[in-house]
Amino acid sequence: MTIVEAILLTIVTASTPLLIAALGELVTERSGVLNLGVEGMMAMGAACSFAAAVTFDSTLIGVAAGMLAGTLMAALFALLVLGFAANQTGSGLALTILGLGLSGLIGAPFVGARRDPIAPLDIPILSDIPVVGRLFFEQDLFVYASIVLTVLVGLYLMRTRSGLTLRSIGENHTSANALGLPVWRVRFWAILFGGACAGLAGAYLALVYTRFWSPGMTAGRGWIALALVVFAAWRPGWVLVGAYIFGAATVLQLHAQAAQFGVPSQLLSAVPYLATILALLLLSIRHGRAIGAPGSLGVPFVPDR
Amino acid sequence: MKADVPPSGAPLVELKGISKRYGDLLANDGIDLSIEPGEIHALLGENGAGKSTLVKILYGVIEPSAGEIRWEGRPVSIGSPVEARALGLGMVFQHFSLFDELSVAENIAVALSDEWNLSTVRSKLGEISSTYGLALNADRAVWTLSAGERQRIEIVRCLLQNPRLLILDEPTSVLTPQESEHLFTTLDRLSAEGCSILYISHKLEEVRRLCRRATILRAGRVVATIDPRAKSAREIAALMVGNEVGEVRTDAPHHPEGEILRVANLSMPPAGLHGQALRDINLVARAGEVVGIAGVAGNGQSELFAALSGERPADRADAVVIAGKASGIMGIDARRRLGAAFVPEERLGHAAAPSHRLSENTLISHAAAEVSRSGFILVNAAKRLARSIVQSFDVRTPEGDPQARKLSGGNLQKFVIGREIIRKPKLIIVDQPTWGVDAGAARLIRQALVDLARAGSAVVVVSQDLDELFEVADRMAVIHHGSLSPLRPIGEWTREAVGLEMLGVAQAHGGAHAV
Repeated sequence: MTIVEAILLTIVTASTPLLIAALGELVTERSGVLNLGVEGMMAMGAACSFAAAVTFDSTLIGVAAGMLAGTLMAALFALLVLGFAANQTGSGLALTILGLGLSGLIGAPFVGARRDPIAPLDIPILSDIPVVGRLFFEQDLFVYASIVLTVLVGLYLMRTRSGLTLRSIGENHTSANALGLPVWRVRFWAILFGGACAGLAGAYLALVYTRFWSPGMTAGRGWIALALVVFAAWRPGWVLVGAYIFGAATVLQLHAQAAQFGVPSQLLSAVPYLATILALLLLSIRHGRAIGAPGSLGVPFVPDR
Repeated sequence: MKADVPPSGAPLVELKGISKRYGDLLANDGIDLSIEPGEIHALLGENGAGKSTLVKILYGVIEPSAGEIRWEGRPVSIGSPVEARALGLGMVFQHFSLFDELSVAENIAVALSDEWNLSTVRSKLGEISSTYGLALNADRAVWTLSAGERQRIEIVRCLLQNPRLLILDEPTSVLTPQESEHLFTTLDRLSAEGCSILYISHKLEEVRRLCRRATILRAGRVVATIDPRAKSAREIAALMVGNEVGEVRTDAPHHPEGEILRVANLSMPPAGLHGQALRDINLVARAGEVVGIAGVAGNGQSELFAALSGERPADRADAVVIAGKASGIMGIDARRRLGAAFVPEERLGHAAAPSHRLSENTLISHAAAEVSRSGFILVNAAKRLARSIVQSFDVRTPEGDPQARKLSGGNLQKFVIGREIIRKPKLIIVDQPTWGVDAGAARLIRQALVDLARAGSAVVVVSQDLDELFEVADRMAVIHHGSLSPLRPIGEWTREAVGLEMLGVAQAHGGAHAV
């Protein structure tokens, strides 16, 4: 394995959790709900998946537990913002703080434990192609799943009736309600989907990326996923691009630091963030017109009855 | 639903004793109404009379506190818009229920049942468009369309569901006269095909043009069911308002004097994504006259207002001259100090701070001398000023010094206009002075503007309501796509000429209609 190959492989691993979490948040936001609790749901996903995987010695159970934890957190959020029409910004921030604290508690007995790496899916023959072979055809299942998920989310939003309903509700919930579209039901499922994705992203972090648990290990990735949705102008394809740019910058700056160019390491650590902003800004400029957020994003829905 | 034969002679829909209570307010009070098959039935009333509440009940958006709805003689309960549509009701909303970022076809598909998809919608759209003359491009995004086109989407959306009863809520409020006439032709045709129509409006002329029966609501009650063609407009207005509405007196001698406002070759790029550029605008307002600016919403009215008020300064000072002073690059307050006053379209949040009391709201435009000193608010002076505005302009307030948001739309509008007029400005520019205001308040506001002009101020009224402009303006121009037509004395304008200018086709026809 050459150094280039190794770098490319780590880029994929760094990008995948961002992509999964951002896709979930994208669907939630397209339905008109802003969930700032991604970081908290991700942390819960990481802690619960790691705890379950170690306890039952099963990656599968770990992943399921991570997704369940994210979903439960999202259900709590849905209760607040749909059931009580609470302020979404406040509720989301509270969810993040709760998630970070609670994950520390759940993960505490498992600090120091380690999991074995997950065997990558080895597609015979294709994976023997030099350089790109291993990059494209010998990744773990999650990587392929995240790409498939991007395509599915895109198709769902733009090509299905139910996706059209979801976009309409996010665009203008008053009109949608007047037309008889089920605003609450659609938003509820969209929030749960976002939670499940954040939980899955957390599980990937704990079980594949680091393979151990430490408190606060999400390290702001939930916030980056949130930012990716905005910079990607609520488009799944651009989320994919953004996630990989960010992942690449994260890995490359580590190598740059190791190579000791004489640039302050703090500045290099900031490179991924700058790169993401720059690349996605360029994308949005090239697209011609700025793309607005879903019209009802963040606005509590209270029908007059 | 329609399997059985209806009892012969039963009306298509019958409302009996419908009431809706919001707290202490009875929005609907024992309303009876029946609509025959194929009938165009008008529902008339002022703002706040309970028209919108009643149709929302009929369409299942809100539930009534009491009363019964009968469909073809059988009692039904309409719990949601979906049930209403299944029954055969279609509704065209006053504030369009469209999704700006979606395409025309998507907007239609989202409201239809599951057996429709985008391609079936597209093909059926073409069919309906040509049958009823409702031209629409399926793939355009809604935000790029005119109000008339948006309304067509709503109508087509209803027609695709083969409605038995079509409800239209103030459909012409955003249309040009030509677009309105086009709509009436479509409605006549639908009615001839047996579709009933409930037509909600406060414009008497069009009700007389379309309907043989009209139910008039006042303060939540039915006051009369009449044949609108058998009564004069004045009689109907009296039924709607409850007492006779006087006309605005404009007969005082009109001797315009010196120039107060001059706009010279004002051009501006659009402010944002959905904005309109201003193109080479020229305009003069003299002391003692009311200048009217007509146009369909979204043709640059708000941009022009922002340029005149200084909310968005121009790039050169002499583009806007107020009282002889080149003020194109001045801010709002500097222009106010020259004697100008401004009333923007949006009363809550733009003309007034919603959660501030009326006395505090006087500070927005009276910051200068009388209500503050060295940066401190003169609380009592502000309260006195608010009280005198409330008294002079008949503002009905729930308490002594309420928060602005507690006032009804009409009363708040009287307050914000009164706040400016009471300063006796040399120049006042008002955007949509009576939008969504009931007839009584509208008359008071128009009279106050005319009186101010006759007392020697220059008044500029930007309005979508042509009747209003014909009533108050001495000279008028039409704005279309950010260009302003020449100002002409009001007597030289006809409705047709205004309509052609609104559509931007006056030049193409040689402009002969207006001269």
